[in-house]
Amino acid sequence: MSAAPLSDSDKHSTALLSYPGFVKRSLVVMTEGSYAFLTWMTVLTAIALVGLNAWANQVATGMAVTGMSDQVSWGLYIANFTFCVGLAAGGVMMVIPAYLYKDKEMHQVVIIGETVAIAAIVMCLMFVMADLGRPDRFWHLMPGLGKFNWPISMLTWDVLVLNGYLLLNLHVVGYLLYTRYLGKTPNPLWYIPFVFISIFWAISIHTVTAFLYCGLGGRPFWNTALLAPRFLASAFVSGPAFIIIVMRVLRLIYHYDAPAGPARTLIQIMRVAMVANLVMSVSELFTVFYTGGTHGATGQYMYFGLHGHDGLVIWTWSSLLLNLTGTVLLFLPAALQRGTVRIVACLLCIAGIWIEKGMGLIIPGFIPSTLHQLVEYSPSTTEWKISLGVLAFGLMVLTLLLKVIAKVFLGKMTVADQS
Amino acid sequence: MANSNSAQNTPASPELPVVNPTRRKAVKAGFATLGLAAFAAAISPLRSAAKQTSAQAFFQNHYRELSAEDKRKVIARLEAETKEKYGAEVHIADDRPIPGTKFVYAINLSVCNGNGNCVKACHEENNHDRATHQSYIRVLEMDKGSMELGNGDSEYQGVVPKDGKFYLPVQCQQCDEPPCVDVCPVKATWKEEDGIVVIDYNWCIGCRYCEAACPYHARRFNWKQPEIPAEEVNPDQSYLSNRIRPAGVVEKCTYCLHRTRRGKLPACLEACPTGARVFGNILDPESNIRWILENKRVYVLKEELGTKPAFFYYFD
Repeated sequence: MSAAPLSDSDKHSTALLSYPGFVKRSLVVMTEGSYAFLTWMTVLTAIALVGLNAWANQVATGMAVTGMSDQVSWGLYIANFTFCVGLAAGGVMMVIPAYLYKDKEMHQVVIIGETVAIAAIVMCLMFVMADLGRPDRFWHLMPGLGKFNWPISMLTWDVLVLNGYLLLNLHVVGYLLYTRYLGKTPNPLWYIPFVFISIFWAISIHTVTAFLYCGLGGRPFWNTALLAPRFLASAFVSGPAFIIIVMRVLRLIYHYDAPAGPARTLIQIMRVAMVANLVMSVSELFTVFYTGGTHGATGQYMYFGLHGHDGLVIWTWSSLLLNLTGTVLLFLPAALQRGTVRIVACLLCIAGIWIEKGMGLIIPGFIPSTLHQLVEYSPSTTEWKISLGVLAFGLMVLTLLLKVIAKVFLGKMTVADQS
Repeated sequence: MANSNSAQNTPASPELPVVNPTRRKAVKAGFATLGLAAFAAAISPLRSAAKQTSAQAFFQNHYRELSAEDKRKVIARLEAETKEKYGAEVHIADDRPIPGTKFVYAINLSVCNGNGNCVKACHEENNHDRATHQSYIRVLEMDKGSMELGNGDSEYQGVVPKDGKFYLPVQCQQCDEPPCVDVCPVKATWKEEDGIVVIDYNWCIGCRYCEAACPYHARRFNWKQPEIPAEEVNPDQSYLSNRIRPAGVVEKCTYCLHRTRRGKLPACLEACPTGARVFGNILDPESNIRWILENKRVYVLKEELGTKPAFFYYFD
């Protein structure tokens, strides 16, 4: 595309005029592909539609179709929401090495982390919608239109930081993708400032999400200053773990020979973050069990059961086992190489942290209740359907974005070959 | 790689490696139509739900932004809806705080015997869902010699009072520093001048953050549309109080503002056979409640949380 030198105004007009073509060709790329791709998308579409149908039923008949109650008033949706915020924040662990430490190899693949963040935030927003009793009143939550209780309500902060993070990443990914399509060198002024803002913003999304819970004095299990640091530490495990798996899939499908350095850096970050996470877990367990009293009731209920109620015991120990095994695998030298050990370690850590954020954090915050009632919770079929539907939709977003990105970054789709 | 999706549709011309673009478009259009049809089928339950909501209901503004005229229209619509859905003729008022009033509640725990009449009265007065026996009051059966809520039992059965037990009714404490109001993202709940924390049931989005924030488990969520037989509906209603709540919103005790703002006593107090409950205006120096607060050793629940309840307990 850079055959002839262009004047500034020509450059601008090219950039603008080529955009409809870019969008059109992206749509073509998104709807065509191998049988494997089409099957994958069909399966995801089917799951997403089942989830959509379950949500429509939930809206029509009421939230009584969930397993939640007045005692345990948040469940699988808010648990998944919290986990997805972590996934989104985890992408920053590619951005920091790439931009702050000028890691050239990381720079080549950093767009994957930013794309994962986009898909994760989309899922976050959908999980919040799924949890609302009156989604038809969603507009009450829009700044300007409704009544926005900012800055007092932490939920309004979360609305701002999550949407802001989505916009930041959409801008950076969109800009880099489109300039690459045009065959131009990205203008640092147009994206570097946003990248640096996004570093702080990524920390803020998970911190604010932790503040949602830890600011509540009536919930001793959440009301700990360790919550935000723990959120961050676990996000810096689950996010990179998910990204490593995505990179592996991309390598298998597109034979994209990415450098080995970035994944190795991510594994090293995960090692540190996971140990920090486990240290903080042990520290919390110590306070709960050594101090005892009713403030320790939740810990007792989670690990050993309380007064004959033990619905979370299996989840709690599974999470612990998954996290510990994942950590051991992470520290094996084999985890630094491409291979099964690394992928298994990532999968175990993702599963362990997913449980930790849901059945290990959101649900036990409500058990026992503030009046010390022991009411247990298990997600209903509707909640599973909707959650899987959101996950399927998130994976669709991720697949389609990555498909276009792979085409463009592998040089198979440029403005030069536009017919 | 782009031709594989329509390869199955070209058996007649297997020798042609390049797929007819028109045919490819047709296949895509077919899949798109199928997808749209499946999408429409998936969201079909929403259509019935949408029929229940009118445009006026959808665009209704926040209670505090409504003019007198707006309120009249809203209330007329709500009364008509109640008639249509429940078959009950009701009157919904818009009771406002009485200037110079700050309502406070106190319970004498030496006298309360756990009979549960207050729970039942609340259930009926406030038009709660019948099947779930919902009520704004929960009574804990406590061990004498312990103030630890963890030892309380809210599901106690049998003849009361039992030996070695005392009874602790808990409802909204109408806190002066209410965490539930702070956390609401859309200002659907607020504290009124007479101290009562209210909810605009037509503004609440049902996120249940307030339910998580309340240390007294005073808030309830309408997991489905409440069901009440027409003859059991209490027709004497107020917009911010006991009108039948919509599905998907949070509800709470309002110290029966549809009664107390008209000079009557809360339903739970009137139903109490023991005289354990005392209610009144703390700003009135001659009131019973003022005498109790000045002369009894009263305490509040979970004082350490700094919520400053307007609900007191004492022993004789």
